[in-house]
Order: sequence, then structure tokens, then C-alpha cells
Amino acid sequence: MKFAVLAFPGSNCEKDSFYALKDVLEEDVTLVSYQAESLAGFDAVVVPGGFSYGDYLRSGALARFAPIIPALKGFAGAGKPVLGICNGFQILTEAGLLPGSLQKNTAGKFICRQQKLVVINAQTPFSSRYQAGQVITLPIAHGDGNYYADEETLQELEANGQIIFTYQDNPNGSVKNIAGITNQAGNVLGMMPHPERGVEEILGSADGIQLFQSLIDFFTADEVIVHE
Amino acid sequence: MTVVKIFVNYKDSILNPEAETIKKALGRLGYQNIAELKVGKSFELTLADGLTQEQIKSEVNEICDQMLVNYNMEKYRYEISETEVI
Amino acid sequence: MNKTQLQTPEVSPAEIEEQRLYRTLGLSDHEYQLIKDEVLGRLPNYTEIGLFSGMWSEHCSYKNSKPVLKKFYSQGPKVVQGPGEGAGIIDIGDRQGVVFKAESHNHPSAVEPFQGATTGVGGILRDIFSMGARPIASLDSLRFGTPKTPANRYLISQVVAGIAAYGNCIGVPTVGGDIAFDDAYQQNPLVNVMAVGLMDLDQIQVGAAAGVGNSIIYVGAKTGRDGINGASFASAQFDSEHESQRSAVQVGDPFTEKLVMEACLDVSQNHAAALVGIQDMGAAGLVSSSAEMGSKAGGNGMVLDLDLVPQREAEMTPFEMMLSESQERMLLCVKKGSEAEILDVFAHYGVEAVVIGHVTDDDRYRLVHHGEVVADVPVDALASQAPVYQRESAVPERIKNAASQQFVPEISDATAVLKEMLSQLTIASKESIYETYDSQVQTNTLVRPGSDAAVVRIRHYDKALALTTDVNGRYLHLDPKIGGQIAVAEAARNIVATGAKPLGITDCLNFGNPEKPEQFYELDQAVMGMSEACQKIGAPVISGNVSLNNEYDGVPIYPTPMVGMVGLIQGLEHITTQDFKQAGDLVYIVGQTKDDFNGSEIQKMQTGAVSGQLFDFDLDYELQIQNLVAQAIKEGLVQSAHDVSEGGLITALAEATFGNQLGIKLTSDLTVRQFFAETQSRFVLSVRPAAQAAFEKLCGKNAVKLGQVTAEDRLEVTAKDGQFDLAVSKARAIWKGALHAVSSK
Repeated sequence: MKFAVLAFPGSNCEKDSFYALKDVLEEDVTLVSYQAESLAGFDAVVVPGGFSYGDYLRSGALARFAPIIPALKGFAGAGKPVLGICNGFQILTEAGLLPGSLQKNTAGKFICRQQKLVVINAQTPFSSRYQAGQVITLPIAHGDGNYYADEETLQELEANGQIIFTYQDNPNGSVKNIAGITNQAGNVLGMMPHPERGVEEILGSADGIQLFQSLIDFFTADEVIVHE
Repeated sequence: MTVVKIFVNYKDSILNPEAETIKKALGRLGYQNIAELKVGKSFELTLADGLTQEQIKSEVNEICDQMLVNYNMEKYRYEISETEVI
Repeated sequence: MNKTQLQTPEVSPAEIEEQRLYRTLGLSDHEYQLIKDEVLGRLPNYTEIGLFSGMWSEHCSYKNSKPVLKKFYSQGPKVVQGPGEGAGIIDIGDRQGVVFKAESHNHPSAVEPFQGATTGVGGILRDIFSMGARPIASLDSLRFGTPKTPANRYLISQVVAGIAAYGNCIGVPTVGGDIAFDDAYQQNPLVNVMAVGLMDLDQIQVGAAAGVGNSIIYVGAKTGRDGINGASFASAQFDSEHESQRSAVQVGDPFTEKLVMEACLDVSQNHAAALVGIQDMGAAGLVSSSAEMGSKAGGNGMVLDLDLVPQREAEMTPFEMMLSESQERMLLCVKKGSEAEILDVFAHYGVEAVVIGHVTDDDRYRLVHHGEVVADVPVDALASQAPVYQRESAVPERIKNAASQQFVPEISDATAVLKEMLSQLTIASKESIYETYDSQVQTNTLVRPGSDAAVVRIRHYDKALALTTDVNGRYLHLDPKIGGQIAVAEAARNIVATGAKPLGITDCLNFGNPEKPEQFYELDQAVMGMSEACQKIGAPVISGNVSLNNEYDGVPIYPTPMVGMVGLIQGLEHITTQDFKQAGDLVYIVGQTKDDFNGSEIQKMQTGAVSGQLFDFDLDYELQIQNLVAQAIKEGLVQSAHDVSEGGLITALAEATFGNQLGIKLTSDLTVRQFFAETQSRFVLSVRPAAQAAFEKLCGKNAVKLGQVTAEDRLEVTAKDGQFDLAVSKARAIWKGALHAVSSK
């Protein structure tokens, strides 16, 4: 499976995602510059964490004007999987690929810690290796992780099963304890916790492996269908 | 009711990285006519009735002095307006 | 043009002399005479006086501390680069080097705590990547007054927020550090940042500008009027009257620095043939980086055209441009003909880069502005010929008159005193601070903040680095020499406890006014003590920084030489943490305990101050104990290891129960008081029962078994004359909540 990991000016988790996919999951992965204009040939895209454009104005607000974004929109529109982690989630909301937005944590501070999450929907390309209701641990590291959407949007998210992960002990004031959501089609996931930081026990958690493994399963199954 | 709007900005000699980055980003989008862009903070205070202009000014200056403004790097200005109480 | 008539818009050379204007820039009468008579043979103009004031400040020239710094042990077979460059380098095998340095940002942080801290982090990171190394971790050693007042709480929260803002954004994990609170730092906080980088040893970059005709390239943010003459400012004293007339504040921009960093690393790694030298524009900005580059190349002169310097503000004078401390700027020397190659790299990263001058065939440092030569001085006079002062030393009265007997703690209820101890801010958990730092980015952090030392792995190799900062200013206040020894020894104990071997140290020497003999004594003695310990432990000093004049209204801070130590772990299986691992494991104390209370946390807690003669300390014994623990870890006999430090043995034991929420049931011949003693050279270890025989054989009488780890929520320690008995959950809650309760008021 061919992964692209995007790198914007100010991204700082692109190599972490790269190494998680290459060294731990042993997949084919390429770092793709924000200046690129095509994502042809890739099977999934990771929009990594960091502080694109310094997070100036609003987190993710300036990255959405980068040259790669039209290609990313096309990629997502074609139903291919896109995973936005942390700043990547923020970029996806600013770019209109995911509903809602991410505000400052209610405590007003950046928080970095191991966080327990509840898997709400285990029937997506990103979560099929988990069980619904399963509690997993992944690191969080963000200052603007407080998810907000209006009541109507929230109802839609719930009705469509778009809420994938919630926090067990809400660290940032996120509405409905939301930690990660998909778009309506279910092929774009944005999440504040860092699965790429949770792929080795020696780092404190390996629960993130199953997320990437789910994607690989999805792709493999998909391929089988295509080839039939 | 008296409403005071306070605008806090960096002094001209202080670098504002956020403003520089936004200005550059606008430039890339084709907005080439921006000579200068400033990013600051604004505060809106609604004050109790019955204060004289002098009292208001003195209190606002004190608030800025005590908390809202860091004189080493910031400057401020404010506007006082009256609003109708319904 | 007649050299004696170099004019600048500000004031005439004659006015500078007549009105002694150089004094306002921090130059003494003696230094002015030196510049006039010996260096130039004419009256210096305002720009030139500015250049000298920056370069001859303590911050750049070390004029007061040089004779002391020479005493440091800085040799060793693994030292690739010792003091004198941007940062030091130690060989860690596999053709790799670890690069590290610490720097103080005390005075800027006192003035504008948020930006003072951000620019502190930014500056030290530039020192690391200017060597060609990628920064892999940073640590912060902070000293504040107790957070009693709103102003102080604001200061603390802003410094912490500044560190977080910069480190988190640029993507270098903040993996550790140390924080202590004492009124000695009330008006003069200490903000010391240590950064660590990793490099391939065939890519070392030095800050030198050699080769006639080679180009000087300015890289990064534009120059503004920020922090004009910050180097002399950093070396000045504070007092209440001067508080209102502060120079402009520098603002840190981690986003720009991230781009500058990536571009500079690209240049060092992929365009090395075109690059002659690279240096950060730190203290005293453009003049310091360029003059040092020229001087280090063997006294190469250069000419800079100031009209080419990227400027953020209109009508900047040469004085302002040369002394501005605008952040996120670097200076490169590039081979003639290769300029376009290098400029292209920076353009690719969206970083401004401009050729502003070239290396000349003489030894003159010349500045041209609007077509006129505005400064013309010998380059070595600026960079390496600052006067050096041998200051007078005198034993402080408080040390001369110190009582020799040790303090005797007042304890009627052992458990109550333990609870009080765990709520002391120096002891209490710092989680509410360190969890605002991204400690995991780069996904190599194996032991995160909160343990004795942080551990960061070297990806793709079976090895890791242990990193710590340490110093207890109270000990140095009572005895600067022994306190200096202990600072190094305790840092090494932190390193050894993780399973690492100490490699070397960096330091920030935070002291008072060296012109006062009693304060100079503290500096001199502390360095001697540190150096002895470094030599004994085999951990040379490879870099560092000096921050003098840390005093307010004439009262100095405690002498506080922050030690930043790096150790190497060969084999990730040897990584050891402080937390007890499993019920049934045996608990040992390694190292002797004595009635050592002067300078201790319990003395401070019970009397409000530290006093008396500091207790004895034996470096040979320290090394013996460290080697023993290192050996036990290496042989796989140890489950957990924790250094015994502030708060004594009972505090170390309690801390070891918190991580995995295990209990302990222990019995000892020590008195309840001795459980609070701060005798050095001690560790708390836990050992699997299966390893008991091998462990006891190895340690002999140096290890005393105290009891075992239990699964109960109970800390039960029976001393000779009393008992500590407390629920672990209760103890943990006190320890965890104390700082948060105070700082969130």
C-alpha cells in the first residue's frame, strides 16, 4: 500500500508518521511537499501534525491555501482514505474536508500526555481492527484540540456514525468529548490524538498500530474486489 | 452604559511574526497591494453607569497598565462610546 | 577618507570622549582608553564604540570569567569539540556525535517573561544546528521566587508558556529539566535552556570565515531595532530604579526558525563543499557573529555593506544594525562562486538570504553604509583581544562565621512531616508544568519528564542518550566548592540511575557581581568544585555560558551553576526508571546515611532559611557508589533506580511508589530524622527476589535491604524511633497537587 505523508512549512510530525509507516508497519511511504500538485499513485494520504505556517491566524488556516490542497480535495473526493492527525485535523477542517473547527483547549494551555480514548465506531476503514467500546491509549499533544460544531452538525455526526473516537477523560473541553471524526463518506478521518506516536510499546503505547492496520486491511480487501 | 474598546498592538519596533506570516500568505494568494498588516488584540469593556469621563479614562489606563499591556513591547489606544440601555 | 574623521549621525567622537558616553554602553574608562590609544590610535566613533561595547561585554568576551573558566576540565578521548564553538561535541560511536550546550536568558525573561523564554529556546537551538546537528531534545532549568504574589505567578506561567510555545512549534521535544523555588530568585529568575543535537561526525560545521574573496551571507529574519545592545544589557545589574528604562524586547518566531533550521541543515548536509563557516547571530547580533567568524579564521578581515542587510524598519543606523538582536538570523561564509548554489537552497525553504560582504586580505573589520566607511577596526581587537580581568576573591562573612554543627530537625509526628515535605514546591510534582511541553515529538523519547533523567533513543541504533539538568543553589550558598562538586555528582547520579554512562556536561554559571570579591569567590570556588567532580567522573565540560550580575538592589542570587549532563546507554534493555515495578521486589538503599541537614529541604521547611556549614562530601565514595549501581544495572539485577536528593530517603522512597501505584513495607535502623537527611552518594534500588543473592554479593555492605514493594495502597516505613504510615494514594495526591494548587490561584 502506498502512503503519502504531506509536509507543510512548519509541519513537525511528518517524519514520525513516515517512520511509523516505514519501520513499524513496513509499508511503502513517501514524504510529499506542500508544493506538489498531484497525489496520483498513492493509496492513502496522511496530513501530519505540527504547526503549519506557525499556526498563525488560526491553526491550519494558512495551510489550506497550499498548492497541494486541490489535489488533496480531489483525492478525498474520489473516496480514497485521508488521515489528518492533530494539526492535520485542523487543516482538514479549515479546508472544508471535515465539519466543525478546533478551538483553544479550555485550560488555555498546550497538553501533552497519554490519553485514554473510547472507540465509538469500529466499522470504518480506520477503525475496523478495534472493537466498538474498546478503550485505547494514544498520546495527545495540542493547544487547540477543543472540537466545536453546532448542534445540527453534531446530530448529523452522531446519526451518521461519524464520531470515531471520544476522550474518556476530556482533556480540552471538546464537545461530546470528540477526539476524532470522519466526513460523511467515511473516508476522511481527523483526530487530535497521535496514532503515529503510539506504534511501539517502548514509546508508551502501541494501540496506534491497529489504526494503520485497519487502513491496510481496507486497502487489501478493496484490491481483492477490484481485481475480481 | 459606557462601552470602552481597547486595541493593543505591538510597538512599531517590535517584530510581529504572525502579521508577517499572514501578509506573506495573502501575497501568495495574489493580494499584492498590502503595504502593512497589523495583528493585535482588542478588548471590549462595558462599564457601570455614573462614571465621569475622567474616572473612565483613569480606570482604563490603569487596567491597561496593570494587565492588558506590556509596555516593553506593546502600545494601546481606546475608544469610549455610550450605548442605549433598553 | 581620513580615518580619524569617521562620522556617524548620532554623536561625534569628541563628544563621546568628553561626555564619557561609552559608560552608558557599559564600557569603563580604562576600556575606552584602551580602544582609543592601543587599538585604534584615534578617537573611536559612535558605531565603533557600539561594536566594542557589544564585543567586550561579559556575555561575548567572558572578560571577568575567562581566568576562572580556564580551570574547567574539558579534555577527554571522546571530546570532538570542546568549549569555544557554538556548542560542544562528544563522539558516541558509529561515526555519530552528540552536540549540546546550555544558555541563560535570565534578564530578558525578567523583563518580558514569555518572549524572554521563547528567544532563549530559539537561541540555543541555533547554536546546535549551526554545528550541523539536528536538535533532538531540549531541557529547561528554571529558578523562581516562591509563587506567593500574583506578579510572580504571572512570571512563572509566562516563562513556561514561552518555552512551550517555541519548543512545541519548532518540533524539538522538551524532555526534562528542573525547577526550584526560593526567595533568593524573587527579583532575578533564572531561565536556562539546554539543547541537544545529533550529527554525523563528518559534517561538523564551525563558525569561521576564511579565504579571501569568500562571501558573507546573511540568512533569516530581517533586522529590526529589537534588543539593541542586549549583550551589554544581559551583563548589567537590575535595580528598582532601572526597571522602567528597559531596552526593546526581542520576539521569538519559531515558525521562521523552523524554516531556517531545515535550510541550514540542508546546506550543511548537502552543500558542504560550498560552505566555509556558519554561525548564529546571537548576543551582539551581526557584529559578534561576523567578527568572531573572521577572528576564528585566523584574523581574517572582512567588509560588510550595511545597505544590503535586510531591514525591517526604516532609517536604521549602522550602530542599530550591528547591535540589534533580532532573532532567527544566521551568518554564513560561502566559497566565492558558490553563492548562487547556497542562495537557491534558502529560496527553496522560503528563507531570505543575501550576500552582504566578503572576506578581505587584511585584518580589518570594515563597515560601509551609504557608500561611506563607518567603522574600521582590527578584527581581532573586537573578537579576541577584550581585556581580561583577574577579579579579587574574598570568603563571604556568612561562610566564615557559619556554625559547624548540623541542624537538628524537629519531628514529633513522622507521617505529618512527610506530608508537609511532599507539598514543598521544590519536592512536589512538576507535571502541571511539563505536560504543557511536547515531550514526544520526533518519537524517540523513551523516558519522559518526571524521572531522574530523560532518555531519548538514537533511531535505528541500539543506544540512547540520558539527559538531565541539576544544581542546588542552597548547597552552593553554604559552600560554593562542595556545592559545585555536588551539582555535577548529582547530575551524574541521575544519569547513572537510568542505566547510562556520563559523557560530559554543559553549564550555565549564574552568579552575582564578579567585581565584588565575595561574589567572585563563589564563582571561582564553584568552578573549582565542579571541575574536580567532572574530572573524577570522567565527564568533561564541553560548552557553557556565563551569566553574571544576577543581583537586585545589591543582593545576589544563590550561586547557581546549572549542570546539564548527557550520558550514553548502550543497549536499550538497560534503560531503568525510578518507579517500583512489582509487588514482592526487594527495596535497598545503596550508600551511607548521616545526620546531614544544613542546606537541606527540611531545614528550609522548618526554619525558613538554610544556614550553617554544608555537610561533608567525598568524591571518591560518590564514584564508588555510582560505579556499583551502574554495574548492578548492567548485570540486569535492578528493577528500578532512584537518586536520593532533596527531601532525603523518605522522599525518594515515596516518589518511587507513585508511578505504578505500589506500596512499600520497610524497616530500618535509621532514625526518623535521618530519613530526611540529604547525605549525598545514595540511591534507592529495587531488585527481583531471584536476583537478591547476586545483587547482595555485588554490593556487599554498600547496600542495605529495607523491605519490599507491596501491592497495598500503603507506605509503611518503620524507623528506629518512629514510623511513617500513609496511604500511597494520599501521599501521591499531596505531591501531585501542591504546585498546581499554588500556581492556579
